Amino acid sequence: MKRKLIQIILSAFLFLVTLFLKNDQEFLKNSLFILSYLLVGLEILKKSFRNIIRGKLFDENFLMAVATIGAFGIGEFEEAVSVMLFYQIGELFQAYAVNKSRKSIASLMNICPNYANVYRSSKLVRLQPDDVKVGEIIAVLPGEKVPLDGTVVEGDSMVDTKALTGESVPRHIEVGDSILSGCINQEGMLKVKVEKEYEDSTVSKILELVENASSRKAKSENFITKFAKIYTPIVVFVALFLATIPPIIMESVTFGDWIYRALSFLVVSCPCALVISIPLSFFGGIGACSRIGVLVKGSNYLEKMAKVKILVCDKTGTLTEGVFEVQEVISEIEQEEVMMYAAHAEYFSNHPIALSIKKQYGKEIDSSIVSETKEVVGEGVIATVQGKQVLIGNEKLMKSHGVSFLPNEKVGTIVYVALDGRFLGSIQIADQIKEDTYVAIPSLRKNGIENIIMLTGDKEEIAREVSQKVNIDEYYANLLPHEKVNKVEEFMQRKKEGEMLLFVGDGINDAPVLAIADIGISMGAIGSDVAIEASDLVLMTDELSKIAHTMQIAKKTIRIVRENIFFAIFIKVGILVLSACGISSMWEAVFADVGVSILAILNAFRIVRIKK
Amino acid sequence: MKLKFKIKGLDCANCANALEEAIGKIEEVNSVSISFMTERMHVEAKKIDIEELVKKIETVIKKNEPDVTITLQ
Repeated sequence: MKRKLIQIILSAFLFLVTLFLKNDQEFLKNSLFILSYLLVGLEILKKSFRNIIRGKLFDENFLMAVATIGAFGIGEFEEAVSVMLFYQIGELFQAYAVNKSRKSIASLMNICPNYANVYRSSKLVRLQPDDVKVGEIIAVLPGEKVPLDGTVVEGDSMVDTKALTGESVPRHIEVGDSILSGCINQEGMLKVKVEKEYEDSTVSKILELVENASSRKAKSENFITKFAKIYTPIVVFVALFLATIPPIIMESVTFGDWIYRALSFLVVSCPCALVISIPLSFFGGIGACSRIGVLVKGSNYLEKMAKVKILVCDKTGTLTEGVFEVQEVISEIEQEEVMMYAAHAEYFSNHPIALSIKKQYGKEIDSSIVSETKEVVGEGVIATVQGKQVLIGNEKLMKSHGVSFLPNEKVGTIVYVALDGRFLGSIQIADQIKEDTYVAIPSLRKNGIENIIMLTGDKEEIAREVSQKVNIDEYYANLLPHEKVNKVEEFMQRKKEGEMLLFVGDGINDAPVLAIADIGISMGAIGSDVAIEASDLVLMTDELSKIAHTMQIAKKTIRIVRENIFFAIFIKVGILVLSACGISSMWEAVFADVGVSILAILNAFRIVRIKK
Repeated sequence: MKLKFKIKGLDCANCANALEEAIGKIEEVNSVSISFMTERMHVEAKKIDIEELVKKIETVIKKNEPDVTITLQ
């Protein structure tokens, strides 16, 4: 690229010199023109020669060569040189822009580790990440990138997961925690037992996804490819027509004039600006998405994202945290005491409800004071704590033991606690709605989603409560997994033509639904291969608001793509008409052509600059 | 059978499209997609000898875009 730049500068310099020469120094002037031309045009001439031999007539190099040599032929030296010069400037700019864009994606995805420190025969050696085997111990020093997925076996630290999850708050990590490659260790040294080879590690998976993204092309990309295929031949044939027919049938005109008009046609016959600005825009859009932690598997999905009208989502894990938590303890005695009995009675149970109670209690459970625990299926647990009988369970358990209790009408799972036949109180346990969900729903509607539907296997009351709280349009409760599939199929048939339906879930057991929907999105899916495989978009974090953000990027991308298509076609056709009428010169044609490329590329660059 | 290539030396997006079309005409190739931006080529082909297919693709490339090189991944 540097060589090309020098050639262009030299050529432009010579060209400028000629403009200051007087008309009587014709020989010097013309030699300078030819020198200037060859500096930038030789490469094109060579290429076009090679292509003629192969019979590729509509090659852009060939067309440029014909246009410029033709201009020389009719004595328009100045024009010939300037066309070639500007054409090459345009090409250089294009190459620069593409390069820059490729690099920026690589740096956006700056998660690729360069080495791993591995313990081999008790010495620490520096190896390529792909030379490390599963089960080996690696050391990650402060400031280093974690090279492979694994489990921490020594040390604790804060790790920056921004590149993976878009989450800017560092995460605390200690012995026993799993750690993903691509994170940056910020504080202490960590020793990590490798769980996955480099090939299967998170970093490789993500890079692969982004690199493959543009292999699935968007409709507008295909449209442009088709357009480009017919555009060049048509322009060339019209040029041929202009150069020959009018001078033959009209008496008062010269061949030179009409050949000149035809040559102007050839100057704008290359559709390259248009063809490059479209993938560049999509590439920018996909890059902008990956910067906010959203992996898009193809340009086509980005295109679809701009047209989503219906959003179908899961409840648990998508709108809610997916973790049961004690919401409230209602009792006439100290809450602490109720929780103490409840936690001890549930000591042996691993049920999610039991776990949430023990977690809320938060203190060490003294197993020596618990004896005789018995589980009553469908009712609860009967246990002896400190020699007293504790009943913990639902209404049925209370009734079957004749305890008079105060019914709790709150939504969620209600656990009643009784001590020696006397009612102590009730505990309300529920899955909490994510804070992000409250922000995400209005923001989704603002971005054009008209209908938000929630599907859940949960009870009617819980579904109603959640959908009212976050303002969901429709909800369907008590659904079995296959019923969810049926529902989505039904919505797919119900929706209007051209509208897109998006399904978002946490990626667990969602594969069939993800496949049916126009766009399937799994959230918080990094680390789960199945979910990544099944979905079209992957949210690295579990925030619904990222979907609204992605829609924004998608819309901007599509808008820019459209602008570029219309703008480029409009200018090209305009120049064609003006040239045919003999109004615009070759100068203007090449100016317009290169100008369109540069503007289209600059326009495409705007996408990358979307704010976080 | 899916094959993935790195593809270097493409001048312009239009050339990428033309090359894509030419490679798509190889008998054993079901579908092909070249991404000019990421310099990748994805080929889906009938089950055959990989080496032979790569050679065929290279011949097509040589004919259309002599400056382009590919490496199988």
